[in-house]
Amino acid sequence: MDRYFLIASTFCFLAAVVHTVMEVRAKVFRPMRFNFLAIGLGFIFQTAFLWIRGQKLGRCPITNLFEVFVFLAWSVALVYMLVGPAYRLSLMGAFTAPLVLLLQGFALIAPIDTRNAVTVPANSWLEFHASISLVAYGVFALACIAGVMYLLQERQLKTHHLHSIFYHLPPLTNLFAVITRLLWWGFALYTVGIVSGFFTGHPLPRIQVVAAIALWLLYAAILQARHLKWLAPKRVAALCIIGFSAALALLWGITFTAELHRVP
Amino acid sequence: MNLFCIGLSHHTANVATREQFAGGNATAESIARQAGCAEALLLTTCNRVEVYAVSDKRISTDEITRCLIAQTNRNPDNYALPFYRYEDNKCVQHLFRVASGLDSMVVGESEIFGQAKKAYESARTSGAVGPYLHRLFQRAFRVAKQVRTHTDIARGAVSVGSVAVELAQRIFGKLSECKVLVLGAGETSERTTRALLSRGVTDLRVSNRSLDRARELAQTVGGRAVAFDDWVAQCREIDILLTSTASEMPLLTAEILAPMLWERVDRPLFIIDIAVPRDVDPSVNEMEGVYLYDIDSIRSVAEQSLALRRQQVAAAEAIIADHVTDFFDSISQGLNRFSHAAEHSSLGENPLRASEL
Repeated sequence: MDRYFLIASTFCFLAAVVHTVMEVRAKVFRPMRFNFLAIGLGFIFQTAFLWIRGQKLGRCPITNLFEVFVFLAWSVALVYMLVGPAYRLSLMGAFTAPLVLLLQGFALIAPIDTRNAVTVPANSWLEFHASISLVAYGVFALACIAGVMYLLQERQLKTHHLHSIFYHLPPLTNLFAVITRLLWWGFALYTVGIVSGFFTGHPLPRIQVVAAIALWLLYAAILQARHLKWLAPKRVAALCIIGFSAALALLWGITFTAELHRVP
Repeated sequence: MNLFCIGLSHHTANVATREQFAGGNATAESIARQAGCAEALLLTTCNRVEVYAVSDKRISTDEITRCLIAQTNRNPDNYALPFYRYEDNKCVQHLFRVASGLDSMVVGESEIFGQAKKAYESARTSGAVGPYLHRLFQRAFRVAKQVRTHTDIARGAVSVGSVAVELAQRIFGKLSECKVLVLGAGETSERTTRALLSRGVTDLRVSNRSLDRARELAQTVGGRAVAFDDWVAQCREIDILLTSTASEMPLLTAEILAPMLWERVDRPLFIIDIAVPRDVDPSVNEMEGVYLYDIDSIRSVAEQSLALRRQQVAAAEAIIADHVTDFFDSISQGLNRFSHAAEHSSLGENPLRASEL
């Protein structure tokens, strides 16, 4: 039953992607209302799925890789709903929808919705640690999307070849300000996530801890370099993409090793 | 009742012919009176002279052109008169296309919208516009707004000044906090400077080999003059550099700029080089955070904008077609009712006017 909500949500994001592609091809790009509505509806279905799944499990629904991917997709949509309209980055929806579609599509298609018995008992610190870290990943995902938009805009300005999408992308300086804010928010949430991990009372695999701290150090280095003006905005934008790719790899690794430990 | 438009434009008449009519003393009111139209409106711009009118009986093109020629005090035999005529739904379609900028010399330009509004206001004030032209023009303004909102017909800039402003806004967003240095005090740079000022630039510096000329331009546009020897040092602070000197050699090279970029790593530098030969070495564009546009690249952007606008014409025509059908259906009913009411004037007030009220 709960999967139907997820399928409906995935179709909403698919509609946003198809609409964007069609409009870009027709060169009559109007991303604002339709994308926001489609993503909003998709977000409601995602929330319904997570709520039903959470009720069934009696805990936060992040017990396997499938749920982790859906929770991450939900975090990305949540942060977009909070950030996109606030910064008038309507086009961000056109870039957010494909990422969410990819995450949810993969979760639905891949055989990762396994029903292993959860070995760790429900623990509020553990749930807080896992969920806040996933929301931080969602913020990093948005920073990555803003980074892609920045690089796209920058390339068009450098090469003097302006696609119609050029007129809908935010100005470079505005995008860079958004990237910086998202990096700070993501970093703060991720720091809370890591610190709360030490209060779970559950021994974490050393490799996970080392990888998580390495990711934290990567974002700290990006922010420090940004603060000291060592890095040009273009490089910060590129590092946002690299950082989120690393975060995804880490997330996969953490969930995969956790599931390995559960196999009898 | 007949709804028609008679006129000439850049499509049918050369500038010599257009200027004879554009400079005439004809008014909507005088045309309505002389030709015997129930309502009339005269739209005159540098690219077109058009009369929109409503009449009980058919009025020939010659009658309208005679009214226009009479006001020019010229001999009509000296001109080939390339007037066109549109009636009923073709007239409605033509006006919607004109108001939306589809019939303009530069497709999508917005000036015509203001000119049409002004012509309407003028004719309304003189009493030459009645309920039909009122409804027609109000719908035309609505259509024009819809076309601009729902297509990219007005997107992109097509002149040097507007391209410079558009690009600057794509880089910096609001220009009110941008520092601009104008190097060289030519006519094009003055026009471009004015375009930047119109978008909120307040910190403007002008440098020229002749300090007097720099002061003169600075005074004209409201900036401050900078000695020519000091302009390079300004590159540490400024956001936009506009150059148009007569120098035979590049004044700004990557070697000169590199040390200054270290101090402004997080701030982009937009350089508009409209000089020929160029003032800025093309390799400067390869530097991180520097966006260099010379006159050719600005023209290329303008051409891309025009091409983009042309691609939008089909979408705009579709919007117009919907409105033409809808509007002509509604006004036809009104015209028929009006004719019927005119025949039975004792029945009372013009039904269309009543519906307007």
